[in-house]
Parts: sequence; structure tokens; C-alpha cells
Amino acid sequence: MKRYLPFVIVALVALATIGSGAMLYRARRPHVLSIPENKTVSAKGDAGAPHIRGNPDAPVTLEEYGDFQCPPCGMFATFLGQLENEYDSRLRVVFRNFPLTMHEHAREAALAAEAAGLQGRFWEMHDVLYREQETWSKAPNVRELFESYAGTIGLDVDKFKKDMDGEQVKARVEADRQRGQSLGIQITPTLFINNQPLDPKDKNPEGIRAEINAALEKKSQT
Amino acid sequence: MTVSRFRTIIYIVAAIVSLAGLADATYLSVQALTGETLGCGGSPDCFRVLGSPYARIGGIPVALFGLVAYFSAFSFATFAAFGYARARIFLIPTIGAMFLGTLWLLYVQAFLLHAYCRFCLFSAATTFLLAGLVIALPAGRDRSIS
Repeated sequence: MKRYLPFVIVALVALATIGSGAMLYRARRPHVLSIPENKTVSAKGDAGAPHIRGNPDAPVTLEEYGDFQCPPCGMFATFLGQLENEYDSRLRVVFRNFPLTMHEHAREAALAAEAAGLQGRFWEMHDVLYREQETWSKAPNVRELFESYAGTIGLDVDKFKKDMDGEQVKARVEADRQRGQSLGIQITPTLFINNQPLDPKDKNPEGIRAEINAALEKKSQT
Repeated sequence: MTVSRFRTIIYIVAAIVSLAGLADATYLSVQALTGETLGCGGSPDCFRVLGSPYARIGGIPVALFGLVAYFSAFSFATFAAFGYARARIFLIPTIGAMFLGTLWLLYVQAFLLHAYCRFCLFSAATTFLLAGLVIALPAGRDRSIS
């Protein structure tokens, strides 16, 4: 019996590892839903419309739920610029705020972007926030930095300051966050291509390009 | 205590330590496979390290290699504790390879990424402990089951 005992122990540990790994995988795997038809982004702007960059009638829509203080979102923002150049009029990009509580200044950054949006400069602020992420993420007083960014991109700084504290931008950030939560989003960036969530394993340049190409292919066939 | 008994105790301790490493590597593998390490929202300590290009070899998460390594170490230590002399022959190079891999990963964290993942540090500590146990093994032949 003793001769076979190590085989039994090793087999039991192997089973326990596979079992616990599978259970953990099922529990932690994000269950992100597809964006339902009634929540899709329309080509034309409407009240409270999301921030869209690129051709409004592009065949492919890449919708991002992002957090301005999240480093992978920052890396993705750089890659996003490349994608927009590559796909040009075939791609439109939508940004939604999903500030995570683990990031001290993420919500304030989202408010800053939305306040800039009220002056028609959302994407300019979006780009500055990601470009300067390392600087303001560690700053003790981010407000001053955000105000200096507002000045740099040509905003009316007094209005920007007022808007940042206003209910309108808070409501907008909250609406985006709730929409993300209703879709089951837990991490950022979470991406959707033509309303379908991108599998986490495809969250890399090759995977994203492959999904966009597949969406373009699908559109050309319909 | 006889040398043989001391050796058996070391193998048992090595098996238990390997189990701790196995649990850690399983957790990290799951994190990598769910994509948690590619974004924010999961373990903040981990994503800078585990989301880096150094965390994958040929697209496969390093944590998965760790899982296989710890399972191998556990298996060899268990068989060695039960007197399978050949298991020791495999145990030592396995732990040696894990030790070298750990040194590389620590170098990456300290000098290339300037960030530490506590789960990776736990794994490093486990491997160092295993290496210490292997070094502490008295020289000589094991009683063997052929």
C-alpha cells in the first residue's frame, strides 16, 4: 500500500489544483455583457451623447470604458492613436468613464474631462490626462494640474473650475459608471467592438486589430 | 535521528513548501488567464508586473510555468519522501531551475520594472526555501524503492 501512497497523494493534489483553479477561474472571469440594441451609440449626437472621435458613420465602433488613472488605460490610449490612424474613417471611438475607487484621483480626472467636454474639448483633455498620467497621479493637489491642463488646451479656466464642481459633470460620470456596471464591467480598460465585449485574451494590439478586421469583414458582408 | 529519517523530513517539508508555492502559482495563473492582470481593478500590486511583457513567454503566462514547476517539485519531493531514490535526481535540477528563474524574475522586478508583486515575492521566498532545503539534504544515497 505504501508503495502506491505517493501516487495517490500526487493525483489528489493534481485534482485539487485543477479543481480549485477551475473554480477560481469561473468566479473571477469577468462576465461582461454585449451592449443591448437600445443602448447602442447613435451616429448622430443627442443630449448626453457619449464622446465620439472619428467618422460618426464608421462601420466599426470601439467603445472603451476607461479610468484616467489606470496605467493600462494610459498604454491603450497611445495604441488607440495608432489604431485611429490605421483605420481612419472605418473606425469611430467612444469613451465612457469608469473611474475605479482604487485610484485616488480617477473620479476627479473624469470630472475634469467632462468639464472640458462642456467646452467641446473632451478629447483634448482625454489625451492630456493620459499623456500626463504619471505626473498628476502622484501629485498632492491634482486640481491645480487639471486647471493648468485646461489652460493649455485653450479652455476658459474659470468656467472649467465651476463646471468641475457642477452637478452636470458628476451626473454624467455617474451615468457612465452605472451603465458600465449594468454591463458587468469590473476592470479597465474594458473594450467593446461593435457592441461585443472584447475577450480579455485579445486585449493586446494583435487581438484588437484582429477583432476590428473581423468586424469590418462582417459589415462588408451585410 | 538517523540521516535517512532527517532526509525524509526534509522531503516532507519540501513537499509542503511546494504546495504553498503551487497555491500561489495557481492564483497567479488564474489572474493571468482571466485577463485581470491586463487591466486595473484586480490586484493593484500585480498588474504592473504581471501585465508587463516579461510576464509571458511565447504568449504563455510565466505563472503557468511556475504552476508546473511547483507541481513537479511537490511530486518529486513526495516520491522522495516515500523512498523513491530516482525522484531526488529530478528534484534537485527542478529546484535549481526554479531558483535561476526566480533570480531572473526578481531582477526584472527590481531593475527593469521597478515594481514588485507581493504574490511573486511570496513565490520567490518559497523557491529560496526549497533551494535551502535541497542544500540542507545530507549527502549519500537514499534508501530506495525501485
